[in-house]
Amino acid sequence: MADQTNHGAEATQKSDAAYWSANVRIIVISLIIWALVSFGFGILLRPMLSGIAVGGTDLGFWFAQQGSIIVFLALIFFYAWRMNKLDREFGVEEE
Amino acid sequence: MDQFTINLLFVGASFALYIGIAIWARAGSTSEFYAAGRGVHPVTNGMATAADWMSAASFIGMAGLIAFTGYDNSTFLMGWTGGYVLLALLLAPYLRKFGKFTVSEFIGDRFYSPTARVVAVICLIVASVTYVIGQMTGVGVAFGRFLEVSNTTGLLIGACVVFAYAVFGGMKGVTYTQVAQYCVLIMAYTIPAVFISLQLTGNPVPALGLFGDHTASGEPLLAKLDAIVAELGFNEYTAHHGDTFNMVLFTLSLMIGTAGLPHVIMRFFTVPKVADARWSAGWALVFIALLYLTAPAVGAMARLNITDMMWPNGASGDPVSVEMIEGDQRYDWMATWQQTGLLGWEDKNGDGRIAYFNDADPETVAKMKEAGWGEANELTNFNRDILVLANPEIANLPGWVIGLVAAGGLAAALSTAAGLLLAISSAVSHDLMKGQLTPNISEKGELMSARIAMAVAIVVATYLGLNPPGFAAQTVALAFGLAAASIFPALMMGIFTKVNNKGAVAGMVSGLVVTLIYIFLHKGWFFIPDTNSFTDANPLLGTIKSTSFGAVGALINFAVAFTVSKMTQPIPQEIEELVESVRVPRGAGAAVDGH
Repeated sequence: MADQTNHGAEATQKSDAAYWSANVRIIVISLIIWALVSFGFGILLRPMLSGIAVGGTDLGFWFAQQGSIIVFLALIFFYAWRMNKLDREFGVEEE
Repeated sequence: MDQFTINLLFVGASFALYIGIAIWARAGSTSEFYAAGRGVHPVTNGMATAADWMSAASFIGMAGLIAFTGYDNSTFLMGWTGGYVLLALLLAPYLRKFGKFTVSEFIGDRFYSPTARVVAVICLIVASVTYVIGQMTGVGVAFGRFLEVSNTTGLLIGACVVFAYAVFGGMKGVTYTQVAQYCVLIMAYTIPAVFISLQLTGNPVPALGLFGDHTASGEPLLAKLDAIVAELGFNEYTAHHGDTFNMVLFTLSLMIGTAGLPHVIMRFFTVPKVADARWSAGWALVFIALLYLTAPAVGAMARLNITDMMWPNGASGDPVSVEMIEGDQRYDWMATWQQTGLLGWEDKNGDGRIAYFNDADPETVAKMKEAGWGEANELTNFNRDILVLANPEIANLPGWVIGLVAAGGLAAALSTAAGLLLAISSAVSHDLMKGQLTPNISEKGELMSARIAMAVAIVVATYLGLNPPGFAAQTVALAFGLAAASIFPALMMGIFTKVNNKGAVAGMVSGLVVTLIYIFLHKGWFFIPDTNSFTDANPLLGTIKSTSFGAVGALINFAVAFTVSKMTQPIPQEIEELVESVRVPRGAGAAVDGH
């Protein structure tokens, strides 16, 4: 009996570790996009985007003042949806 | 009915609404006082978070800073929204799973150290008080205008109102009141913007109008604005002028700070489930984005309107005459705002005209001199914090819109000030008094000490708000730097790493102290004017301004924490288990009072 319980706990631990590394992977990808649209397109890469005209100015200006905010929103909702799905896949959701 | 009566009516009605709700939902027990019994729906919570979050800095201050600087101040837009991504991905779900009431409780338990908890409380108080100073600046501007008194009198009256308001109820009262405040402030912000966008571009959506065509000239609005400000010797609106490194660092500080501010994080303790904590951050940002997508349009359009008013016949025509400012009803706003001491003009060369241009630019000065408008800019003072409040008057909108904006500005400042006072008071009464100093304190005593802490905080903030270290949004930015350097790294390391107690304490202390010293060196010791050794125009370290130092402070915090942690004992088994359990939502259950 005791052996079985140990076995079960070990399996949970293993699955928890897999759940966590899947989560960290999603976080890292999301944060790369987060940095790309704000620090990237909005500031550092703006000179590269200056050829693309948007309403009297360029794409970098749009990203700095509006585009990045829209992408941030998309990222948070994507993460919430993806993680809630991941919770169910690993059976770690709350009742 | 005159404007003063209309303003009073709008402000009075909105206040009656908030107070009514606060009485209706009055907090009974301590757990309700702090966390509203966790019965708050993610959408409701998102709206309340948005009201809590969008303060005088966002509502009153931000568009003004964007208007007069242009592209370079996009940092505020990206920084104050991008932080929600960090909050949603790195903190909110895990803190909800942990299931206690306050940020410092998490730090104290995770780092198994009462010292860590006390240090966290101190960090939190320093950041929050700085934040309240910024709010009081905004409150002073708003009350000064709508009561038609000086800025200082407005500030003192405002302080009394904020205090009376904050002691009324706890989080529960505040949560529902803040939903009402959100509705008032978002209407107050967007309605005038829609009117102005229609006037200038014919597009009813300000965010689209900004990138649309200017109806009067047929040119793109931003191209038109670039041209006219450049003619007056100012920097082109859409171009990048400042230091790129500092811009990146400042944006990062605001982002990290957003995710480290206790009064925002506390909100995520009040949702029913871990899954809801993830959605809540998204909903909060939806409601915040409504204002943040409008703000750049408000800034650009106001700048164009102001420039047009000062140069009614274009920059190559005649500047506006003193006679017109004093006589023409469209210029009435200038006289009203002059009373607050935040707007000023002076006909320096006695030609009966007020010429507005950049007199730091020699070429423009030569051009103006030749045209006969003198060598000096005659619009001598235009406080950035008045732009949003004055905006509907500048655009000549109906009186009820102006009244609505006054009510909205006050809602923004009040809701945030109340949320912050709550965070400060819970830190003092719950974490410091009950958690450490006097564990046997009664519930009544705890509530009493919470209220005393609020009173002290507001007195200090009001005193410093009389001589603020910057415009509302700039002072608030300092608070973010402090939160970024102290709280955020500790929380993140608590969840994502196995850093130990000594590492966390050393990290928080060094992050906070270094950042605080850097800020004091540039803004004056304890923000007392003229005690600074450096200025942000010429900072101590390269191009790093004191407002941007939070990101550096955070880096120091991480580095010190990892180093110290490596050199000392690893975390005990039960803390290892705590970290593992925080990482999975399973079995979150209701939160428990740790003491």
